[in-house]
This record gives sequence, structure tokens and C-alpha cells, in this order.
Amino acid sequence: MTSNLSNFDLVIAGVGGQGAVKVSDIIGKAAVSEGMDVRAAETHGMAQRGGSVVNYVRVGCDLGSLIPCGSAQGMLALEPVEAMRYISDVAKDGIVVMNTSPIYPVTVTSGQCTYPDPQEIVASLEKDYRVVAFDAVALARQAGNMKTLNVVMLGAISSYLPIPEETLVECIRNMVPPKTIETNLSAFRLGRETTRQ
Amino acid sequence: MSGREYMLGNVAIARGIVEGAVDVVSGYPGTPSSEIVDTLASMKERDFYIEWSVNEKVAMEVAAGASMAGARSVVTMKHVGLNVAADPLMTLAYMGVKGGMVIIVADDPSCHSSQNEQDTRRYSVFSQIPCLEPSTPQQAKDMIPYAFELSEKYEIPVIFRSTTRISHGKSDIKLAPVRQKTGEIKFEKNPDRWVMVPKNARIRHPHLLSIQQDIRGELEVSGWNELTIEAESTVGIIACGTAAVYTKEALDRLGITASFLEIGTYPIPEDSIRQLLAKTEQVIVIEELEPVIEDQCKVIARDVGFETEIFGKADGLLPRTGEFNVDICMDGIAKAFGIDSCECKPAKQDMELPVRPPAMCPGCSHRGTFHVMKKVFGEDAVFPSDIGCYTLGIQHGTVDTTLCMGASISVASGIYDAGEKKPICCTIGDSTFFHTGINSLMNAIYNKSDITVLILDNRTTAMTGHQPNPGMGKTATREPTVEVEFDKLCSAMGAEFVEVVDPYDMDATEDVLERAKAYEGVSVVIAKRACVISAAREGIRYTPFMVDTDLCKGCRKCLKFGCPAIEFDEVSKKASINTMCSGCGLCVEICNFNAIMEVKK
Repeated sequence: MTSNLSNFDLVIAGVGGQGAVKVSDIIGKAAVSEGMDVRAAETHGMAQRGGSVVNYVRVGCDLGSLIPCGSAQGMLALEPVEAMRYISDVAKDGIVVMNTSPIYPVTVTSGQCTYPDPQEIVASLEKDYRVVAFDAVALARQAGNMKTLNVVMLGAISSYLPIPEETLVECIRNMVPPKTIETNLSAFRLGRETTRQ
Repeated sequence: MSGREYMLGNVAIARGIVEGAVDVVSGYPGTPSSEIVDTLASMKERDFYIEWSVNEKVAMEVAAGASMAGARSVVTMKHVGLNVAADPLMTLAYMGVKGGMVIIVADDPSCHSSQNEQDTRRYSVFSQIPCLEPSTPQQAKDMIPYAFELSEKYEIPVIFRSTTRISHGKSDIKLAPVRQKTGEIKFEKNPDRWVMVPKNARIRHPHLLSIQQDIRGELEVSGWNELTIEAESTVGIIACGTAAVYTKEALDRLGITASFLEIGTYPIPEDSIRQLLAKTEQVIVIEELEPVIEDQCKVIARDVGFETEIFGKADGLLPRTGEFNVDICMDGIAKAFGIDSCECKPAKQDMELPVRPPAMCPGCSHRGTFHVMKKVFGEDAVFPSDIGCYTLGIQHGTVDTTLCMGASISVASGIYDAGEKKPICCTIGDSTFFHTGINSLMNAIYNKSDITVLILDNRTTAMTGHQPNPGMGKTATREPTVEVEFDKLCSAMGAEFVEVVDPYDMDATEDVLERAKAYEGVSVVIAKRACVISAAREGIRYTPFMVDTDLCKGCRKCLKFGCPAIEFDEVSKKASINTMCSGCGLCVEICNFNAIMEVKK
């Protein structure tokens, strides 16, 4: 269920170090420069050390930063298993933009747990959600730097956000290190193309 | 600066501190409080003094001293830090302050990064120091200048309770102008006030009690409490902090109209509560963690003879543990109204997901230290540990206890004193050692423990965001200062076995630990190597490593080392090293087949 209490509720799921906070910051600042209220909640501390991370951004919302269960309009998943872990936050038929390239947790590499097939995750999500899944790491490499994975994903979700593309692009310009502006902008474009109808 | 900005709650609090014309800020890092001092310390221009203190008690005393001299002061810490500072807190309530003093404490419902989820409001009731609690980051910023004024008016410190979702929430924030400094800085002798000998304390205790009613009356009309009576509803809701905004959303989603009292101050607004009780048949109290307001409401209702039913935690309508959210509030309200709760019951997905615990970083020197420690002392040895990144060593079987900051050495002593015959090797980080480990080490040496103390000196307070400490030779504002040398400090306390070793050199570390283990008495080993994150930020780059697949036998020994950069390919049955490798080279020594080597350029 979605409500009129927020214009667009987005869940950002990923692994500590992937740049989830940066994405949420770009969206947040862009929303403010569009004159919208915005609330966000982020994971700090322990989880940053390669742990599971979930952030919430509520665009056009002046209440709390936590998104009620099953009501987010969208999800940006930087990692496949993390998409699955937090999918119950997303409303049925919500948009899920997902990177298919996994990061194996230490529990998997050391043989305590198994990692599911990312294509099975996609198939499972497609039953209830609108899914756009692609290898964002490959696109980030194409843009010139693997670390722009988060901006590739931002580009992909940007087609669904109630914020003009130019505003997001302007925020990226202002918020990434000057030397990396071009790489980040091409990462954004490559991501955006994956979801442009 | 004015206008509207997108900010982290802690950055908004920092802005509130500046707007309130602060003179002195002190604190000890602890999630979720750390970014307040980090933000203020990184400001290019500032007209106040700021420091990271060695622990919360010291920080509290620095702020108290500043306030005695007439300065506006702020001290920051996390909830468990207030336990460390509880001693000065309780007497400071009697003594009072001169310049406005704000004690900012960040609570962590659900233990996102804490060892318990205690409620700071209990300390407010306990010490009779007033407390302010914001419901949004905006309110958090706006409350701070008011807190200074309240503190100065009643000459008492003010506690400011934040929670994780305020501290680590982000929001658009309307800025206000920075106030002019007005107070004169001058310490005036006044032993009746500043010397809490019994004679004076006996006078100050009744004084503290006597101002409570005035403070309550002032807070009642301060604007931080808001009562809305809905004439057509017989139900009232009282909520505070972030729970108040969750409750507003819950009511909207459920389509329910009820009278509503939002509380942002302690002592709580008793007149508003009486008004609400008089107009309603049932009242639901919604607050995170402890039933502070709920209990007081029941006392008020009984005193006045109201028949109103009061629901909350006592009857199990709402949980006493964990963080609240809209769903929990909806559920509680729906139960109280006897209506169907929420439409959202997410379909259970049946795919089994691997757990993803936080792990020590690739290249972290602690991994090497723990590996050698386990090898030398044996897996059955006792490994008391402490609070910091190295607590993540729990996955490697090298963290047997974690009680609180600084406790590892004292717990190790206690285990030895109890008569445990196994070898005991405890670990403690550099900042934690300065915090309260020093006292424990002194005690262990003085009382003749036979333990090994391993100080994991990664040259920073890494877990909370790389704050400097006295071992780094840098202040909060990154100015150079004296660098406390662990070996000299430990020797001065009477330790006779003190050695420094580089944990990247596993052979040397093994040698030192063998000798430390054999030593009878307290042996101190300082494993000194900069945190990989700080090293990378300073531009230090090493050549990454790779696995020669011809030499790899697929034994998985390197995988047990627990480095996130080492993976296993189930198809080829060979190990591989991914792009996260930071080039520490510790895994080279782990491999029995010499299959790990530097990447050739």
C-alpha cells in the first residue's frame, strides 16, 4: 500500500562500502533543491564493515524516515541478495532496479552458507514486482571506474523518481570528487539508458 | 548562513550548537553520537574550543569546568557513555552550572551498534536534570539554543536525548542565524556552590528539589509539547521522540482521529496530561524503550482520580524492547481500538539468504594479530576482548567476552583470579585503552595477574569514524600534539614485559607472543600498524596479491583466514583473490603451497 503521506518512498539495499549513502545523499539534496521535503535513514557503524546495509529515502515526506513495511514505491538494490533481504519493504508492483553482480559474504567464501543464483532471485522478484535487473558492475567499468556502480544504479532508478534528471545531474557534479565528474556522469547516463522506455 | 539544507541529524545538532553560541565542546566517540563533534571539529572557522576527551567522564568534567567559568558548553556521548559519566552527572545536578551546559546523549534502540539499549530518560528522572527529546532532526537543531537558555535560567545542566533515527536520519533543515555571544568568561570563587562537601551538598539537594516545579512549569509552556484535543474522540494518544512522527503516520494510515499529546520535555507536561485524561476514556502511551511517560501518567491519573484506562507497555500493547516504526505503532493503536491492524503482511519469501555479518576489512592488521594469537595461545585459551572493530574477531573465535569499554583487561584479571588455569590473552584497542583500559592494566599489574594484554594499536578510533586519540599525536582539529607512547606508559605503571611489534610481520608477532605467554605476570604486547582505511586515505598503496591456480590445491586454508578479498571458485575448486585486496600480504604466510603471490606489473 502506498499513501499520500510521501511522494516517493525508496529503499536502497546493498553492502557496506558500495556507496549507498552517497546515492541517498544525491537524491536528498536534489529533492531539497526542488523545494520538496525529504526524510532519509541510513546505516552507520558496524554495518559499514562489509555488512548488509539498508537506507531509506522518502521524497516529499515530512514525517519519520522509516518506510512502513510493504509500502515503498521503489527499490534500488546494489547487490542481488540484499535486494531479496529487504524486498518486503517494497509495495506489490513497485519498481525494483537491481544489480545482478554479487558480493559474496565471508560466510559464503568460508563455506558456512551458500549464495543463491542471481537469476533465480530475479525470477522470484518478477512474480510480484516490476524488475529491471542488469550487470551494473560491467556498466560501471564501461564508464571508466568500478566505484561508479552506485551512480549507474542511480541513473537507472532516476527514470522513476519525481525529480528532474537535470537536477540529479547537477547534484552529481557538485557532490563527487572533481576529477571523477565525467566518469560519474557517463555512469549515470549508462544506468539511465537501462530503464528509459 | 540561512535557508534550507539537506543534513544528517547529527550535523543539524552541530548546527544548533553553533546557532546557540557555544564556547566549549567535548565528547567521546560512540555510535550514533560521533558526527556531532566530527562536524564541529572539521569546521574551517570556529570561535569555540573543541576536543575529543579520553572518556565520557572526563568529557563531562571538561564541559562542567567550562560552564563554571561562565562558558556555554556541550558534551556528547552515546547512551552507555553516560554510565561512565554518571558519577559527575549526579553531583553536577546538585552543584548546578553557570554558563548553559547541554549533555547530548544518543540512545540506540534495537542496538544497531551497541551492547545494550538503555534509556537516557531514566538518568533524567534519576538525577532530576531536565531532558529535551526531539521528534525530528529539525526539532533537534532548534532545541539546542533553547537548551542553553533553560540551563542558564535554572543554573542546571540540560540533557538532550537523541535516538539513532534522529542522529542518523537525514532531513531538509531550515537554518536560523547564529546568536551573538553574551556571557563573560570568568571563574568566580564560590565554594558553597563549587565544592560539594557534605555541608554544601545537604543544602543543594533541597535546592535541586525546589526548582523542579518551576522547571516543569516552564517546560509545560515551552512549545516543545503540543496538545490537540479532538472533541468527538474518546481516545487519546501520548507520544514522544521519533515515536511521535511514526504515530502521526500510523493514525493517518489507519484513518483514525484521536486527541494527541506530543511530549518533548522531561519533567513531562502534567497539566496537558490532566486535560487529556479528563477528555478521554482511553489513553495509549507510545514511547521507545522504557515506560517513563506511561508510569508517570498512571501516577497522575491516580492522584486526580481519573478513571481513564492507560495502555502502553505494561499490558503488552507495545514492546519494551527494540526500535519503533510506523508498523509497530499501527499495530498497537489498532489493538487498542479493537480494529484490524494493517493491510501489510508481506508474503514470506522462502529463498534462503546467506547472512552477511560485518567483517574486519581486507588488509586489517587485527586479522593477522588474531591469527597468530590463536596459534600461540591455542584455541582453548581464554580471549577476553573489548569494544571496537576488533570485536568482529568474534567470527574468528578470538573474542570470548565483551562487557563494556575498557573491561577486557579487568575481566581477564577476574578470570585469572578465579583460578582459571588456561592461558589468558585479552585484546583492547588504542582508544579504548586510553578510555578506561589504563585503570584496568594498572590494577592487573598491581594485583599480580598472570595474563597477556595485547593492545591493538591501529593508530585511530576506527569503528566510530577515525577520530584521533592521544596515541596519534593529533587533536580533534588535527593539530599536532604530544603522542602518548604505549610502551612507556605501560612501563611506568610497572609492567616489566612490554614489547611493540608490527602485526604485518607474523613471524615477529609469533615470537613476541610466545615469550609473552611464557612470561609470569602481566605481559603487554602492542601490535602497532595503521588502520588500512586511514593508510589508504593517506595515499599508501600496496601491490595486490593473486592466487597461482596451478599451485593452489583448493585446501581452503586461506578462506578460513576470513579475509573478504579471498574467494573460492566452486567450479575450478581453486581460491582466488578479488579486487578488494589491499596488499597486506598476510595470506601469503597462511598458504602451505606458496600459491599466493604479488600481482606482477
